[in-house]
Amino acid sequence: MVPLSWYLVFSAALFSIGVFGVLSRRNAVAILLGIELMLNAVNVNLAAFWRYGDVTQMAGQVFAIIVFAVAAAEVSVGLALVISVYRKRSTVIADEIDMLKF
Amino acid sequence: MTTETLIWLIPLPPILAFFLIVLFTNRNKALSHIIAVGAALLSWLGSMIVFLRAIGVEHLGEHPFESSINWLPTGDTWFRIGILIDPLGAVVLFFVSITIFMIFLYSVGYQNFGQPDGDHDVKGLPPHGATIEEHGRKHTVPSVEPMYSRFFAFLGLFAFGMYVLVVSDNLLTLFVGWEIMGLCSYLLIGFWYGKKSARDAAVKAFITTRVGDVFMLLGIAYLYSVTGTLSFREIFTEDVLHTLATIPSGVLGFSSAGLIGLLLFIGTVGKSAQFPLHVWLPDAMEGPTPVSAMIHAATMVSAGVYAVIRMFPLLSLDPATMTVVAFIGAFTALFAATIAVAQNDIKRVLAYSTISQLGFMIAALGIGAYVAAAFHLVTHAFFKALLFLGSGSVIHGIEHGALHTGNHHVDPQDMFNMGGLKKKMPITFWTFLIGGFALSGFPIITAGFWSKDEIFADAFAHHQYLVFATLAVAAFLTAFYTMRQITLTFLGEARTKEAEHAQETRWTMTTPLIILSVFAVTLGWVGIPEHFPLLGGLVPNWLHEFVGGTLAKHPEAVEFSIVPLLTSLLVALGGLGLGYLVYRNVNSAAEDKLQLVFLKNKYYFDEIYDVIIIKPVTWFADKVVYQIMDKGFIDGVLHLFGPGTQGLGDTIRNYFDLPIINRFFGDGSANLTFWSGGKLRVIQTGRIQNYLMLALIIFLAVGAALYFFVLA
Repeated sequence: MVPLSWYLVFSAALFSIGVFGVLSRRNAVAILLGIELMLNAVNVNLAAFWRYGDVTQMAGQVFAIIVFAVAAAEVSVGLALVISVYRKRSTVIADEIDMLKF
Repeated sequence: MTTETLIWLIPLPPILAFFLIVLFTNRNKALSHIIAVGAALLSWLGSMIVFLRAIGVEHLGEHPFESSINWLPTGDTWFRIGILIDPLGAVVLFFVSITIFMIFLYSVGYQNFGQPDGDHDVKGLPPHGATIEEHGRKHTVPSVEPMYSRFFAFLGLFAFGMYVLVVSDNLLTLFVGWEIMGLCSYLLIGFWYGKKSARDAAVKAFITTRVGDVFMLLGIAYLYSVTGTLSFREIFTEDVLHTLATIPSGVLGFSSAGLIGLLLFIGTVGKSAQFPLHVWLPDAMEGPTPVSAMIHAATMVSAGVYAVIRMFPLLSLDPATMTVVAFIGAFTALFAATIAVAQNDIKRVLAYSTISQLGFMIAALGIGAYVAAAFHLVTHAFFKALLFLGSGSVIHGIEHGALHTGNHHVDPQDMFNMGGLKKKMPITFWTFLIGGFALSGFPIITAGFWSKDEIFADAFAHHQYLVFATLAVAAFLTAFYTMRQITLTFLGEARTKEAEHAQETRWTMTTPLIILSVFAVTLGWVGIPEHFPLLGGLVPNWLHEFVGGTLAKHPEAVEFSIVPLLTSLLVALGGLGLGYLVYRNVNSAAEDKLQLVFLKNKYYFDEIYDVIIIKPVTWFADKVVYQIMDKGFIDGVLHLFGPGTQGLGDTIRNYFDLPIINRFFGDGSANLTFWSGGKLRVIQTGRIQNYLMLALIIFLAVGAALYFFVLA
């Protein structure tokens, strides 16, 4: 069987790519994609720990499914916000959306 | 029902009776005494069943009835309480339950149940009598006690305390029962609280026994700290006893066993009225007579002796302690007997006689005569309860005479106001005679002879000649003052009109007398030594085998010797004979040659205590504690506090609160926040990626710090 550390290295890499995407991309939709990557990295971790831990305890899998659901909900809300912003300001570039500024 | 369950239940009826009477039936005299006497009857029945089952068990000493439950959590373990009936417990339960029941029954008659309410009786004073009209003639009859129900409630609580003490398997619940009885003796001695003498006596009894109890509690605490347990069965194992005997206490060269034994013994000295804490007991006569019997025979003073007998395996570890015990016992026996000779109050004679007899038991224990002490405890409980109840009957008879003649100034307890009561009160006379003879140790037929003889035999066999001689003199005096009492009270001619008109009391009072007198005679037969001439071996020495089985090492029955037997015969018969000869013709206190002034005044012990303890203590309390400490020091300090704190408050406000708290911290923090807010606003760019970048940097910085400084 593939050792656990491989999964962890993989998910850490995935997470890092996600972080990089969130921080470096200027497009708000791409930022949401980065967030998705980070969430999926977490899911890989959850599934891997479940598999290598006590298999009879279903918490790892169940938790991963909950993360799916949350991610789907979050992305739908996020995209709705992006569309709403685009309608008002005609832009999806994150740097230009600085309405939070004092 | 298992025997263990039954033993748990024995103390219950009296305490239930107490609460029922106090809470619900206080106004109904008949119901109250039915509840109380019924409760005593139930406990008696339970005790009898337990006793009968106990004597049927072989080797009860090794396998007693016991059961215990967790009570107090003490760290990882529990402090357990429970019940234990071993041979000693069974025998004590036997006599306690019978005497308590008899006393309850007797109280119904003594407190004049069924008589009309008094003309001018008030609560807190003895009833004065009521006038009734019969066949057109007015005459005075005894009136019922105004606080009749309360009396039975207190008796119930008292009985509860004693039962708790007897069935306890550990020192702590024993002490609880012990203190309940201390409280009850206070309440009952002061039952007629309208009399100053009764109030004083109650306080005196309470405080004097408290002196002993404090030491006893110290002993219990010390024992617990050394052994970690208070259960008798756990303490009296060889390991624990060995530990106790070897650890030095650091006080006067006693081992811990010796010191603990001594402290517990001081508790007994207080409770059983041994020298030098004996002073409360004669004054306790202020209470109603059933109370005197309760305190002196059945329960409280027996409890003291019971406690030391119980702790005998511990006491006997240190010879120094045993010497102290033997000395105190023997000295008290003689000392109290001499005072008893010069007392004229019928109950006070008995009170001193009780002190003296308890001294016999303590002395017996001190010389290692375990069984003899227990034996005398049992027989003494019966004949002393009998004598007290008999004296109550006599007093009632004389009071009846006083109601008849209308002379209320005559003291119904003064023996010189009596005489010739033999014909007027035959049942009281014969039962009192039996009790008196048992107390004197009249040979062969009375119980007192056998138990006292066993003490003599033990003292002689253990070569304790000093104790032996002291006790012999005390026994002689016992017989002497007993005969003096009987002669003055019952024999000869009536010396007052009241005595002429005395009348036998009612069946509720005489029945207990008859029953107790049966025991006062027959009870000695269970302990006849095996080698006694003629009688020995006819009945086996059951008591010795049975009670001796309580100890891990069964005590050997002593060799028969003619010397103690002759001594015993001589002092008993000699004392009785001399008493009769001397007092046959004495008609007034003035003719009594033995009214020596220092005996009459009880060796001035009350006065000595007054001078060396009470006066200095009240002086100290008044002058030092009240005047100097309280008024001068404490009040002075308090008066200083007012202005002082105000000045301090002002200073703090002006020099600390206003500049530092208000200006510096209060205003300063607001200014600082305002200023730093202005500076920090520039990093609020409103760009999400700037925030995330900042979050990542801080996360990494904190993570790195944690990794290098905390985890690594």
